[in-house]
Formats: sequence, C-alpha cells, structure tokens
Amino acid sequence: MQNLPDFILIAVILLNFFLLGTSRLGACVQAVALQGALLSLLPPILSGPSVHALSLAGGAFCLKGIVIPALLLRAIRKLDINREIEPRLGYIPTLLLVALTTAGAFVFGDRLPLLAAHLNSLVIPASLSTLAAGFLTLITRRKAITQVLGYLIFENGIFVFGMLLAEAMPLMVEAGVLLDMLVAIFVMGIVMNHINREFSSSIDTDHLNLLRE
Amino acid sequence: MTSLSVTPPSPLPSAMQMLFLALACLSAGALLPLVALGRPRLAQRLGVATGLAGGVSGVVAAFSMLISGTASDLALPWTTAGVSFALHIDGLAAFFLLPLFLLVAGAALYGSGYLDATAEGRGAAFHWSFLNLLALNMALVVSAANGLVFLLAWEGMSLSSFFLVMHAYQDPDALKAGRLYLIATHLGGALLIAFFLEAGRRCGSLDFSAFSTLRSLAPPQALFFFLLLLVGFGAKAGLFPLHVWLPDAHPAAPSHVSALMSGVMVKTAIYGLLRMLSFLPPLPAWCGLFLLTLGMAGALYGITLAMLQDDLKRSLAYSTVENVGLIFLGLGLWLYSTATGQATVAALALTAALFHIWNHSLFKGLLFFGAGAVQHAAGTRSISHLGGLLRRLPLVSSLIVLASGAIAALPPLNGFISEWLLLMALLALGQAATGGTAVLFLLLTALLALVGGLVLLTFSRLAGLVLLGEPRQRGALGHAPPAAMVAPMLVLALLCVGVGLIPGVPLKLLRGAATLVAGTPAAVVLPFGPLWGFCGGLLVTGAALLVFIAHRRAAAGDARRPTWGCGFLRPNARMAYTAGSFSELAATTLLATPMQPVVSATPTTCLFPTRAAFAREAPDPVLERGLAPFCGQLARRAYLFRKLQAGKLDIYLLYMFLATTLLLAWAMVG
Repeated sequence: MQNLPDFILIAVILLNFFLLGTSRLGACVQAVALQGALLSLLPPILSGPSVHALSLAGGAFCLKGIVIPALLLRAIRKLDINREIEPRLGYIPTLLLVALTTAGAFVFGDRLPLLAAHLNSLVIPASLSTLAAGFLTLITRRKAITQVLGYLIFENGIFVFGMLLAEAMPLMVEAGVLLDMLVAIFVMGIVMNHINREFSSSIDTDHLNLLRE
Repeated sequence: MTSLSVTPPSPLPSAMQMLFLALACLSAGALLPLVALGRPRLAQRLGVATGLAGGVSGVVAAFSMLISGTASDLALPWTTAGVSFALHIDGLAAFFLLPLFLLVAGAALYGSGYLDATAEGRGAAFHWSFLNLLALNMALVVSAANGLVFLLAWEGMSLSSFFLVMHAYQDPDALKAGRLYLIATHLGGALLIAFFLEAGRRCGSLDFSAFSTLRSLAPPQALFFFLLLLVGFGAKAGLFPLHVWLPDAHPAAPSHVSALMSGVMVKTAIYGLLRMLSFLPPLPAWCGLFLLTLGMAGALYGITLAMLQDDLKRSLAYSTVENVGLIFLGLGLWLYSTATGQATVAALALTAALFHIWNHSLFKGLLFFGAGAVQHAAGTRSISHLGGLLRRLPLVSSLIVLASGAIAALPPLNGFISEWLLLMALLALGQAATGGTAVLFLLLTALLALVGGLVLLTFSRLAGLVLLGEPRQRGALGHAPPAAMVAPMLVLALLCVGVGLIPGVPLKLLRGAATLVAGTPAAVVLPFGPLWGFCGGLLVTGAALLVFIAHRRAAAGDARRPTWGCGFLRPNARMAYTAGSFSELAATTLLATPMQPVVSATPTTCLFPTRAAFAREAPDPVLERGLAPFCGQLARRAYLFRKLQAGKLDIYLLYMFLATTLLLAWAMVG
C-alpha cells in the first residue's frame, strides 16, 4: 500500500497519453471520468481518512467520476457525434508533445524548492504534466466536447497540485473549485447547444472567430 | 501656498469666495440643462443664466485678486485617496481667469442668440451642459493647486470641448475635425500625465506646493521635463508644428465655442507651461532660442495659411496659430534673455507675451463672435460667397473692422501695444548681442515685421471681401443679429479700444503674474503717457464720428451708387476679387512650393470659351504632407500586429501555454 499514491499518479499520467492519442469521444469521456475518480481517492490516502479528506473525496468522486461524465455522454448521444475527425494537430505529433511536456515536468519538478515531505514524490510532475495535457487538448482539438474535456483535464491537474496543500486547504475552497467547474460545464453545455443550433452541422468552435471584432 | 494642507479657513478670502461661487454656478450649469432635456428652450435659458452668472462672478473674483494682490487658497483634503481638492488663486491664475470668465460670460450671452434652441431639440441641452462644463474645467485647470486636480480638469476640458466641436456631428467634416482634435489632445495629455507622475514621484506629493523641490533638478532632467511640457502643452496651445487640429476644430464648432476655444482654451495650455516652468530650475539659453524659433515659424506659417483660406473661421483659426506663435516668441525671448542675464529685456519680453495673451483673447473673441454673426446672417462662411455685409449689418461690420485693426496691430488699438513691446524686446536683444546672434535677432525683427504685413493683408482681405462690395452669391444677403449677440461684441470692442488707449492699467494688473513667473519683480516703463491716450482717443473718436456720419447719410437714402466698375459697362459680382484671387499674388511670389495652395482647374484648350471649373484650396501642409502620410505608414506597419489577434480561442490558449512554459523555464534557469 505504500506505493498506492504513486500508482495512481502514474495512471493519471498514462491516461493523459491515452486522452490525447484517441479520436473516440466516448472513450475520451470515460478516460477523463476514470482520471477524476482515481484522483478523488488521493486525499484520504495521502492525508489519512479525516472528515475533511473524506468529504472532499466524496464530492470530487461524485462530480468528476459520475455527474459530469454522465452529462457529457448524454450530450454525445444526443448530438450524435462519435469522433474528433479533424484535430488541428495530428495524434502522433500531439503524443510527442505530451511526451516532451511530461519529461519537462519531471525535470522541473526536481528543481523546485519543496518541503522535505514532498521531495521525490510524483505529485508535482503529474500535476504539471496533466496541466500541459489539458492545455494541449484545448489547443489541438476542435469540438466543443473536447474543449470541455480539456478544461476537466486542466482541473484535474490543479487538483493534483492541491494535494500538496491538502491539510492546509480549507474545505470551502475545494468545494468552491468543484462548484465552479460544475457551473463552467453547464455554461459550456449551453454554448455547445447554441453552436449546434446555429451551425446545424457541427459543434466546431472554429465558427466562433466571427466574434473577434 | 503654505496653508494648503490645513482645513479650509473659516472666512474665505473674497476672491476665493467669488471663484467658488463662479465654479458652483458653472457646475449647476453643467447639470441643470440636462434636467430639462426634453424642453430645449428651458434648457437653453438655464444654460445661459448659469454661464452668465458664473462668468460675471468669476470676472469679479479675478479682478479683486488682481487689484488686492493677495493670493488665496482652498483645500478640501480627501485622506482616503491621499490627495486634496486644492485650489490656489494668485496673480498668474487671476491673470488667466480674467479673460476666461469674461469670454465665458460673453459666449453664454452670445450663444443665447446664436443657437436656435427649438431647431436644436435635445442637442441644445447637451450643448449648454458641455459649454458650462468646458468653462468649469478651464477655470479649474487655471486655479488647481494639485497635480491630480489639474489633470482631471485638463481631461475634462479636452473631452467637453471635443463634444462641443462635434456639435454638428451629422457633418462628416465635423466628425473628422473632432477625431483629429481628440487624437492630438490626448497625445499631449499623455505626456502631461507622464510629467505629473514623474514630478509627483520625485517630490513625494502631487501638491504644487511640494513641486518647489524640482528647483534642485540636474540640468538633463530639467531639460527632459521642459521638453515633455513643451510638447504636452504645445499640442493644446497650437504650437507649430503641433497645431494641426486647430484649423479643423475651430470652424467645426459653433462660433461662441470657437471664441472660447481660441480665445481662452489654448491659453490654458500656456498657463500650464508658465506655471510648471516656474517650478523648474533656470533653463539654458538654447531652450529660449528653440522656443522662439518655433514661435516665429508658427507665426509665419499660421498667417500665411490664414491668408489662403476661403473659410472665414478657418482663416481666423490659422490666425490663432500665428498669435500663439507670437506669444511663444515672447516667451522664448524671455527664456533666452533670462539665461543670458539681461533682466530688463526679459521683463519686456515676458510682459509682451502676457499682454498679447490678453489682447488675443479680446480681439480673437470679438472676431469669432463677428464671424458667427456673419454666418448667422448670411448662412455661409465661405469668403468667396460673401460680400456687401457692411450695408446690411453696419454695427457688427464696424466691430469686425475694428477687431481686424486690433489684430493687425494698428495704433491706437490694443494689438499694437503688445506687438510693440515684442519688437522693443527684439531690438534691445539685437543691440546687445554681437556677431551671429545679433544677425539672428535682426532677422527675427524683420520677420516679425513681415508677419505684421501679412496680418494686415489677411485681415484687409477678410474684412474687404466679406463686408464691402456686393454678395458674390445670391442668397448670401443677411439679416441683423439679435441684441444678445451684439452686446458681448460691443463689450469686447470697448475693451480693445480701452486697453489700447490706456495700456498702463492692464500693465499694472499683469505685473503680479509676471513677477510670479519670472521670480523677480519685473517693471516695464512704457512711453505710453497721457498724451498717447489723448491722441489715440481723438483718433478713435474721429473715426467713429466719420463712420456715424457716413451711416446717417446712407440711411437718409441719397448716396447709394454702384462701386466704380473699372470701365466695364455692367460690372457684376462675378468680376470682383474672390478670396483666392486677392491673395494669389502673395501666394505665388512669396511661398515655397510645399506651402502653395492646391489648384484644380480645367485647362483652356480651344479658342472659344467652354465650360470650365476652377477650385483652389489650401490644406495644411504639415498635416497633409507630413503628419498624415507618416501616421498612415505607421498604422500600416502596426497593422501587422493585428494578426496576433486571431479571434480563435485555441490560438489564445496557445499564447497562454507558451507564456506559462516560458515562465516555468525562466524560473528553472534563473
């Protein structure tokens, strides 16, 4: 059991690779759900089963592992889209970029002035790598659904970073972050719906650039 | 300035009390018309009443300060913001406040006859609100004792005058003029903000009382400040070559606004320059030379273009550029002679500049009022269409002739006194200097004389073509303006004559301002004794009598014969001089090619006359051939950066990602 947090974090990193390497939207949503669910296990493992940690884990698990993925899967079914057909950047280059950023994250994580307790842990590299993966998803994918997934991955990265502060961070802040995310997902859902209605063929965010002036 | 930080003294000094009353009236005038938005006539009445009340009480305030000579302060500290709403009225402020409030009162009265409230509709309320706001902000600029108050009032002044320029916003020319004005004024304002921030940082406070520590600046920094101020204030004052907004903005605005802007608003910039220069350490002599070169160039340039304009008010606007040039010439002479230790000449030059500020406010205000009356009566501002107004508007026309004489520095009117002082300063400097500098000053003297000649040409053209002969276009006949428009003109005309006849009184009043600016008491002895006043008075009375007799005879109806037609059998208005032909000789022989007016004409190709067209206009060479192409190039280059704004979310996210990565890498390396 000693290595359980490390296993989880490595799984999270691997899921990043999977997310950026696949074109099937359903699989992507499930991978993000799995990532969120795995991450929600971390607080009680790292800081012991306190009320604070348990409630945090429960909330995160419900939202990230169940509610939001269910909403997204429903959207995919309703809009009848299965694949990201034309990413802005191909899958192989994206994977290479993820590999690069992950390596960078490990290098950078070594150099940070950390507390002794956090030295040599995978928390920092996993967090940075997940943040970069979120960024890359947002940049390279077109569909509004993948944009939402990008933000979710991004949030997961922040959540991992928050593990360093699990004892210090008040419950309210965590709850606030989760609530923010839920609201953001709803807003994105509404935006998606509108894009779909306006440009009846797709939910491609490229159409939004008319708004720039 | 010492009691700035304390609470307001319980019995306010009377000058400050009156100033406060004036400011209160004008603030009310900025708000009340808006309350009556839907009732234009009521709004106009409210605006006129408050503007008039504010102007009159302000005149009293400035006058009582100038006579008593005691400075007074008002400070309302606002501790949370760390600043205080501080006002200070001393000799210099009162010197500028006097013509300011005089013209504000005049403009309010004049505007009540000039603007047709019912035709303006809702625009009337906005116009009066902005007019009073402009007056309020100008007064605050001049009386501010704190950098923040000054800057806020400065911006308020720029914005309210911008909206006044845009009065005829349906007209594309007015829009263009307004845009140019806004750009120019904000460029200047940006430099002023830079100055005040830097000065405030150095002095630890934005209060003007703390700015005296700037006296110990090192020369390079003082020079830097001087240049900041010169460009910042010069853009507003119409200093050549930053004057480009002025010839467009003045004609676009209603006439009483042009009078306010030209007569007073450009002077507030000169006030700011003088006030800030009084905080700076003594400047090197070449600053003075630089300033006087700019001034002289502006004077020549302004009057040359004034000579070429067809638009009456545009011509007057260029004449403002000329007069501002003369004022800066005086200031440059003052800086130069102070730096070279010639105290008497310095006093002379400074007095000349200050006196010319007053004089210009008087006769330019009168001229713009007159131009407005002409436009109001005849419905056009084009000199080529006007004519014969002397017979139809005898009083207004005589006042325009009088003002033209004053601006052309004809004795015994007021313009003569200040230009004479200026010439005296130039000649004194030329006599005292040796070698190259002597040549320079003698050359400047000759150029000043040339400017004087060109002013005479410009204004005889203006008055002659507009007032004499017959209208050159049917319809440009005219009807008499209402009394509300004539009354302020009469007051200004009386002042023009009075100041010219008794120059000793205004000279005594402006001594306080000169002392404050120069730091030492400056006494100028003028050879204008009682005899001058007496002879001048005789001259003016005689002229007035002659005009009156001629008018009576014309009214009796006996002597109305056509002008001699030079031998033509049936002379008509189309044979008379037009605005272009009058100045053509001077334009073609005197001017360098870039300054020449642009002529577009159908060439004559066959023996018999055919239908032909001829047009001639004189756009601003600095703007058309210098600044506009330069700014166009700059804009085209800068447009490349628009590609950064892709309008795509993912590109923006990419920027963020790159920025984050770079920061992380930087943190890692550094």
